[in-house]
Amino acid sequence: MPARALIAEDEPLLAATLQAELAKLWPELEIAAVVGDGESAVEQTLALRPEVCFLDIRMPEMSGLEAAQALAEDWPDDGTSFPLVVFVTAYDQYALQAFERAAFDYVLKPVEPVRLARTCARLREALAARSAASGDARTSDGTTSTADPAGLAGAVEQLRALLASAPAVAAPAEPLRVIQAGIGNAIHMVPIDDVVYFEAADKYVRVLTATREYLIRVALRELLPRLDATRFWQIHRGTVVRAEAIASAERDDSGKVTLRLQGRPEKLVVSRLHAHRFRAM
Amino acid sequence: MDTTRVPDARPATHRWPRFARRGVRVAGAGVVIATCLWALLPQPFGTTLVYSLCISLMTWLIIDLSRMAVASRMPGWFGKPASSDGKWPGWIWMLFIVVVGAVFGYAAGNEIGNRLTGLNLPGPFNSNLRQMLALLVTALVPAVTITYFFQSREVIAAQKAEVERAERQAAEQQLKLLESQLEPHMLFNTLANLRALIAVDPERAQAMLDRLIAFLRASLAGSRVGAQTLALEFDRLRDYLALMEIRMGPRLGASFTLPAELAGALVPPFLLQPIVENSIKHGLEPKREGGRIEVTAGRDGTTLVVRVRDTGVGASGALAPTDGGFGLGHVHERLATLYGAAASFELVPADDPRGGMLATVRLPYAAAPAAGVAPTPMSMPEKVS
Repeated sequence: MPARALIAEDEPLLAATLQAELAKLWPELEIAAVVGDGESAVEQTLALRPEVCFLDIRMPEMSGLEAAQALAEDWPDDGTSFPLVVFVTAYDQYALQAFERAAFDYVLKPVEPVRLARTCARLREALAARSAASGDARTSDGTTSTADPAGLAGAVEQLRALLASAPAVAAPAEPLRVIQAGIGNAIHMVPIDDVVYFEAADKYVRVLTATREYLIRVALRELLPRLDATRFWQIHRGTVVRAEAIASAERDDSGKVTLRLQGRPEKLVVSRLHAHRFRAM
Repeated sequence: MDTTRVPDARPATHRWPRFARRGVRVAGAGVVIATCLWALLPQPFGTTLVYSLCISLMTWLIIDLSRMAVASRMPGWFGKPASSDGKWPGWIWMLFIVVVGAVFGYAAGNEIGNRLTGLNLPGPFNSNLRQMLALLVTALVPAVTITYFFQSREVIAAQKAEVERAERQAAEQQLKLLESQLEPHMLFNTLANLRALIAVDPERAQAMLDRLIAFLRASLAGSRVGAQTLALEFDRLRDYLALMEIRMGPRLGASFTLPAELAGALVPPFLLQPIVENSIKHGLEPKREGGRIEVTAGRDGTTLVVRVRDTGVGASGALAPTDGGFGLGHVHERLATLYGAAASFELVPADDPRGGMLATVRLPYAAAPAAGVAPTPMSMPEKVS
């Protein structure tokens, strides 16, 4: 089966060039889709399940890094191989260091054909190794659960390493103590200790306390650096929970972790990327 | 405006070597004084020298240490920032310190001299009034002279340090301005597009390269010119936006409105660049469907009004501080430095259904005498703080 790729790049000329260069260097690679923003990249990748994703870092709505995280969190457990991710960026020395450390492949813009050829060779090798591994797993004991044929666990590890080595975004002087939530003409001062969890809702964040719910006009990614990371744990790209408010964490047979809360009836799902936090001491 | 001074930049470890050097100078002065007194007084040179050295050094010790002690407590006492010009507590304090220092320095130095020589010369506290006054004057004249000498040196050194610091800061500002104009991400993305265009559309590639050259030339020259015409400023923005239009494709639309009579109005070069960049970066780039940027100039009496309007994502969340980036802060700073209260810059959400932000710059209208660039490149005072 020929490999298929998705290209996510917001600058049309650059997307077209990358596609043309790939056609020259790797003629068998089929370009399944070319998209111009991070959200479409996630949607299309989940729908088309390509083997390779070229993700630009700076894109509208959602960056390439965020798209890769979203993919790792939402990738279904049906045994389909997780795509090999290649990041594309014009200039970002911190990101490059992080990619190196997390063993991610990346190409720099303008894309040099020599560099891209090397990347293609590596991708082909990885794909070949992967299909051999999954073949072995099936023939030897008939199950696919022993190894990591989908490459998902490996990708999750890589992304975790990437997130861990991401440079701190200008550390704020002091974590937030109160959330100022506007309701009508009034501003409610919600002490940070009352918050059970935060949940992203489009460009807003829902703030849930034991008794009430507020909506604040800020993106979760902007709020996150203002929270004390030892007390507020990110458990999903759209959920941040106050650690003291977690009553219990349950792991089911498939390894999925679900949290019960103190003071709120909801159960929160922990994504693969963050499940490693919930282990008994 | 931020006028807080950087505290004395010289590290504290340099304080004591300089203190020791002052001590050596005082000892030198003591030798000179001894020589003068030896010519006038009956005592042998050795004795005069011992007394002179003891008294000079003791007087200096008391004066210099009290000066430093008082100066370092100044902010607490008077609620104003410590002077950075060599820890000078002011002349009133200093006069008091010098008189007290001279009296007690004389007494202590005389006492030490007595012990060393075995003589028993009268000090200020065990002589009659006339003798005491005479002695005091003898001690005070060199004390005041030497204090004045040291103080002048300190002031000169502090002024020199201040000038150096100002120059360094001005250079840093220029570098930052240049860096913000030649942002590597923008530069490499533009080059990547150029590389792509060469293959598919050489003519457009050439046009893009011309824009890039004009933009680079203007960026490098811009920080050296004091003022340029609005027509030129708009041309630079057109270059920049043309580059961005090639990159963003149909996601970016730009329009310019410059009434002919305002083409010769003078503006600080690259004043508008960070505003337009901000609109692209925070307004249009994050928006999937992109949007428009409209740059318009108008005149309101003696005020030139330039507006940059975008239809981007608008003001971000309630938490976001006023764009902490260098760009917009620099616009504020330059306007404040050049025009004070006569100019203003504001960035507010646009109040019509198209959304986005509206930036408005107001500055005093001044026309260039001839067409083209301002005749004399007045040096642009960068803000020093």
